Amino acid sequence: MPAAQSAAPPHQRQVLSPKVASWLQVAPMAVIFTLMVLIPLAIIFVVSFLDYDFAQVFPELYLGSWVDLFTSQLTLNLYALTFKFVAIVWVVTFVLGFCIAYFLSFHVRSGALRLLLMAAIAIPFWTSGPIRMVSWVPLLGREGLINQALMGLHLTSEPVTWLMYSEFAVLVAYINLLTMPMVAAMANSMAKIPHSVIQAAKDAGASEGQIIRDIIFPLIKPGIAIGSIFVVTAVMGDVFIVKQMSGSQVNTVGMSIVTELNAFMYPPAAAKSIVLLVIVLSIVGLLLRFADIRKELQK
Amino acid sequence: MKLALLKTPDTDLKVSPVPKDTAPATPKLKQATQSHRFDAEIVSVTKRYAPLGAPAVDNISLRIPRNSYCCLLGPSGCGKSTTLRMLAGHEDVSEGAILIHDREITTLPPVERGTSMMFQDYALFPHLTALDNVAFSLKVRGVAQIERRAKAREYLELVQMDHLAERLPNQMSGGQQQRVALARSLITRPKVLLLDEPLSALDPFLRIRMRAELKRIQKELGISFIHVTHSQDEALALADLIVVMNDAVIMQAAPAREVFETPTNAFVAKFLGGHNVIQSKGREVSVRADQCHLGARPGMNSLSGKISMIEYQGTNVRITVTTAENEDMTVLMPALTYFDHAPEIGETAQMSWEASDEHALAPM
Repeated sequence: MPAAQSAAPPHQRQVLSPKVASWLQVAPMAVIFTLMVLIPLAIIFVVSFLDYDFAQVFPELYLGSWVDLFTSQLTLNLYALTFKFVAIVWVVTFVLGFCIAYFLSFHVRSGALRLLLMAAIAIPFWTSGPIRMVSWVPLLGREGLINQALMGLHLTSEPVTWLMYSEFAVLVAYINLLTMPMVAAMANSMAKIPHSVIQAAKDAGASEGQIIRDIIFPLIKPGIAIGSIFVVTAVMGDVFIVKQMSGSQVNTVGMSIVTELNAFMYPPAAAKSIVLLVIVLSIVGLLLRFADIRKELQK
Repeated sequence: MKLALLKTPDTDLKVSPVPKDTAPATPKLKQATQSHRFDAEIVSVTKRYAPLGAPAVDNISLRIPRNSYCCLLGPSGCGKSTTLRMLAGHEDVSEGAILIHDREITTLPPVERGTSMMFQDYALFPHLTALDNVAFSLKVRGVAQIERRAKAREYLELVQMDHLAERLPNQMSGGQQQRVALARSLITRPKVLLLDEPLSALDPFLRIRMRAELKRIQKELGISFIHVTHSQDEALALADLIVVMNDAVIMQAAPAREVFETPTNAFVAKFLGGHNVIQSKGREVSVRADQCHLGARPGMNSLSGKISMIEYQGTNVRITVTTAENEDMTVLMPALTYFDHAPEIGETAQMSWEASDEHALAPM
């Protein structure tokens, strides 16, 4: 029956239902995310409720880690210091970042010069982290450039000791590291403002300050949010810079988690990590409400 | 509703950055009553971007009479946009002077010149509603919110956009955005409104509607509009004064009819279209395409060539005759006459015209 055969489809094509197809498409990411993020997080969460001694964790319910976290003045001080760092670094990088980005975007006329200056901001990041940390010593150290200058000018009789291995040094390093992402995020948003929009505001009689307040700030909100997320997460999650720049003399939440891990005190480290994670996610959530980042990534 | 707008006194804005003596007691939105000779005057203006480079605008002078719709017409790069930007104060003038209402404003900042620019891309503030866009210039002058919104609403009514006052720019069509941009320019009560290719981003239907609207608003306000365009149709339809520019200089500045009927040189004749530029008896002349005929006629001047294109345009038929020198000549004939003969592409043809229809052109 040749006619009948040709009327039937040559082979039965199995069409997946759209629902199944979408599930299959998200499956790889879902598996990776579950295995490498959700399950470890769940383990950390469970561990934070377990008892421990100097060498191991017992599978017994123990709320001491959590009680300590919320009652110990020492732990609360750690969080306070971490917040202080976040706040200071955010304010300074925001002000610096805005000024630099504004200058580059609206005052540098030549595109080539703008690119050159942008590249100049990035030059310090061509070296690795440890080298950058070490290179602060000749500047801020006891025998460093600044101390030599201060003593040479007879402003101080002996070296200023809080320049290096101090909270100050940690802040300097953070600001040095995090101003660039702030500049980049804001400059990126500013680049999307058409020149004619600024010109129209000027024509309407707006002063530079009014243009910044009424036009530029509202339009670069997404850039501010992205830069801020970068700064907040970097400072909250950092241990390396604190350790190097303070000579292990300043203790943040991140540092104490590392110290406890080194001492096999997994449950308190786990509890602190979870609290830190919740805080970071809340801040990010808050910033995302403030500005629609998807819009920024689209264009 | 529009009349009410015209009667709105400026004084209710309670704005006084302008010295009192320059503001009449009850100024109307209509400003043509003030005594000045020209709305705008360009005196020997030159613009060079590089100190020794070729000028973008080369020693041009122009007087724009009161209450005129002036079109700066020319191909891209002819200097028309640069001229407009110098009028707006967005570009420094290298040499020369610019006057608005007989007052020199060459070096004044945009806000003090009495001009207002409507940008080609509209340049609306994307985060502000139509109403707040229009009210922006009042806001920066410190006018209270209720007052400035009421005023802005009047201007939105003028451009028939008051029903969309709360929309953001990205929730409006191009034509609607343009109306808002127009209202935003007008609320500063400019003496001269500058429009940078305002219709180029619109579709053809909207373009024709909007240009009628522009003309209506210009007449209603009684101020001068200076409109940059590269479309000759637009310029002919709108302008009281057409300024044809090419290569940084003004080729001709005259009323639309004069420019079309008596172009000064071959460039103007060709750029406006509808003309044939012909070498006749050793001189260069232009003859309007609708005054040329197909076929030899006794007593008329003529040339011969081959029909290379026939375009049916409804009322008229446009026939292109290519001469032996490979120059394209155009004959515009009524469709009815065309169908009497129905010549075809490829046929050899004579094109003839009355010697009295020749218009002598100045050498370029």
